[in-house]
Amino acid sequence: MARHLLTRPVEWLFVNIAVCAKCVPISAVTIEIDPTTKRVKREGVSHELDPAAASAVEEALRLVEAHGGEVTVVTMGMPNAVDEIRKALAMGAERGVLISDPALAGSDTLGTAKALAAAIKKGQYDMVICATESTDTYSGLVPGQLAELLGVAALTFAKKVKVEGSKAVVRRQTDFGYQVVEAELPVLITVSSGINEPRYPSLKGIMGAKRKEIATYSAADVGLSPDQVGESGAREKVLTVGKPPTRAQGTVVTDEGDGGVKIADFLASLKVL
Amino acid sequence: MAKLLVYTEVSQGKLVSIGLEILSRAAQLGEAEAILLGSAPDDAVQTLGNYGAKTVYRCADPIFDQHLAAPAVKVIEDLISQQKPDAVLFGTTYAGRDIASALSARLDSGALTDVGELEIEDGSFVATIPALGASYQNTATITNAGTKLMLVRPKAFEARAVGGSARVEDVPAPSGADLQRVLVTNSVVEKAEGPQLEEANVVVSGGRGLKSAEHFQMVRDLAELMGGAVGATRAIVDAGWVPYSLQVGQTGKSVKPSIYIALGISGAIQHLAGMKGSNTIIAVNTDPDAPIFKNADFGVVGDVFKVVPQLIEEIKKRKGSA
Ligand SMILES: Cc1cc2nc3c(=O)[nH]c(=O)nc-3n(C[C@H](O)[C@H](O)[C@H](O)COP(=O)(O)OP(=O)(O)OC[C@H]3O[C@@H](n4cnc5c(N)ncnc54)[C@H](O)[C@@H]3O)c2cc1C
Ligand SMILES: Nc1ncnc2c1ncn2[C@@H]1O[C@H](COP(=O)(O)O)[C@@H](O)[C@H]1O
Repeated sequence: MARHLLTRPVEWLFVNIAVCAKCVPISAVTIEIDPTTKRVKREGVSHELDPAAASAVEEALRLVEAHGGEVTVVTMGMPNAVDEIRKALAMGAERGVLISDPALAGSDTLGTAKALAAAIKKGQYDMVICATESTDTYSGLVPGQLAELLGVAALTFAKKVKVEGSKAVVRRQTDFGYQVVEAELPVLITVSSGINEPRYPSLKGIMGAKRKEIATYSAADVGLSPDQVGESGAREKVLTVGKPPTRAQGTVVTDEGDGGVKIADFLASLKVL
Repeated sequence: MAKLLVYTEVSQGKLVSIGLEILSRAAQLGEAEAILLGSAPDDAVQTLGNYGAKTVYRCADPIFDQHLAAPAVKVIEDLISQQKPDAVLFGTTYAGRDIASALSARLDSGALTDVGELEIEDGSFVATIPALGASYQNTATITNAGTKLMLVRPKAFEARAVGGSARVEDVPAPSGADLQRVLVTNSVVEKAEGPQLEEANVVVSGGRGLKSAEHFQMVRDLAELMGGAVGATRAIVDAGWVPYSLQVGQTGKSVKPSIYIALGISGAIQHLAGMKGSNTIIAVNTDPDAPIFKNADFGVVGDVFKVVPQLIEEIKKRKGSA
């Protein structure tokens, strides 16, 4: 997928980055699952650039600002996802790629990864950045699948990203603290939430975004057949959609200067005090 | 009988509890086998047998400690082609996600994540999965032929010692330059005081209602007094007040203590996903409409800066007079 950095003339030392950014229902709306299709409802729901993806775009922009290069945003979604791509372009990304096709509806994680991989292979990148998980469905599996399909190493759960020479160096979040991990470019990186504060697009950015190019591909354009993607290609199947059991309503009191004492009394009633 | 392979991870020189939890469930569903890679405690095989593994596929080569995912992916890929298990189960952990997602693409097989319950019905796996921050509870299955890949939520199953013992099968170390592409150059432990979050009987957690990092001390003081562990919401972890290792929720730790005390926490579904299973939930929040109250056994609508210091004094008083 990439020209290897070392094979380039020195003055070309820049990183071209593809950012996989998803379009999701806005956080203010209650996300619902359609009981017939058993998928997240997307038609007629206000949507936004996934806040997690905005962090991925931000991280990519900071890297190209430091090293030179270009950021391309890649989205698989409905045709109206161009709005989200425009937002990323307004932040500073150079070009957009939208993979959109009714045949892609109902794709599982692997189908999504295949579509993204096929689109990414059309370009030349030194790095792919994803968020660790998407805000609506958060499988967290697409990036690892994508790295494998692209044949590149994955540096996951990044809290900090640096490019040093021909290597990417990442501070990777762990259960107990962090690790420092590194690999030669090209790589795929997933960024954790809170890695940065995504910038707001400037007015100039918004105006400029209107002139930037967004390539739109169908499944066939990127060489995908129906047995690989969409509902017919899906290897995961939702059987039933249901609601979890709810907890019984407890006691809620208003503090009248004795809230702490009341909690102590409650703890005492549980025999823990 | 179904054959289930469980990836049992080692972290910080200990078998991580989720591996034993999954193994316990796998042993109930069929023949359970464990995969143990890299450095491990001396009694690891014994422990895995005790929790239901009949066989432990073991490779102690340092390659697994020095490089991310790829060596483990290779070993498990080979085990799948030789052993043809019905499923390989992972914890929804960092390593689990990295390895399972790569395997999914390599084997062209689906993968289910966040599995909360697992059954075998008419020969196929039926997984119950809390979706959309546990506001839904769906069941799902994998339809491709061959070995199924699934990632299980922490605390979904209880780790149960059954007193068995496991046979060890040594697996050769994998080799190849592409397995060593990601090098781990440093591992840093951010020390957490007090009992471990996942194992504590009492968890006291703080959220954005505490207003600033220094006020988190209040949460620490209360936890210490109650012999509990401290937890946090993602909002304050992202703000850098406390380390990520304290985060409770869908993308943090899952806890099931006897008592969970939520201070200045709104109760977003993603936070609830990690603590709803607690026995008793106590909440303090200024907003009577905060969703946390719908899940609390005892709630106080009030200011943490007034209620918590009073609670701390009251506990000290009662302990002193006891
Ligand atoms: C994909 C995804 C994964 C996520 N994973 C997690 C996760 O694992 N864990 C997690 O926690 N979150 C997670 N979140 C974030 C989650 O949606 C919430 O944003 C977060 O839990 C809110 O944290 P909070 O309750 O501290 O802050 P807020 O929602 O801002 O709530 C602060 C609360 O404090 C109360 N308050 C204010 N002042 C006082 C006072 N003086 N006294 C008492 N109460 C006061 C307010 O009324 C309010 O209810 C995730 C989100 C997404 C999209
Ligand atoms: N439809 C999509 N379009 C673009 N990127 C995606 C899409 N789905 C997933 N991704 C990428 O994969 C990451 C993890 O998504 P998920 O596996 O759904 O949790 C997201 O944050 C994106 O970076």
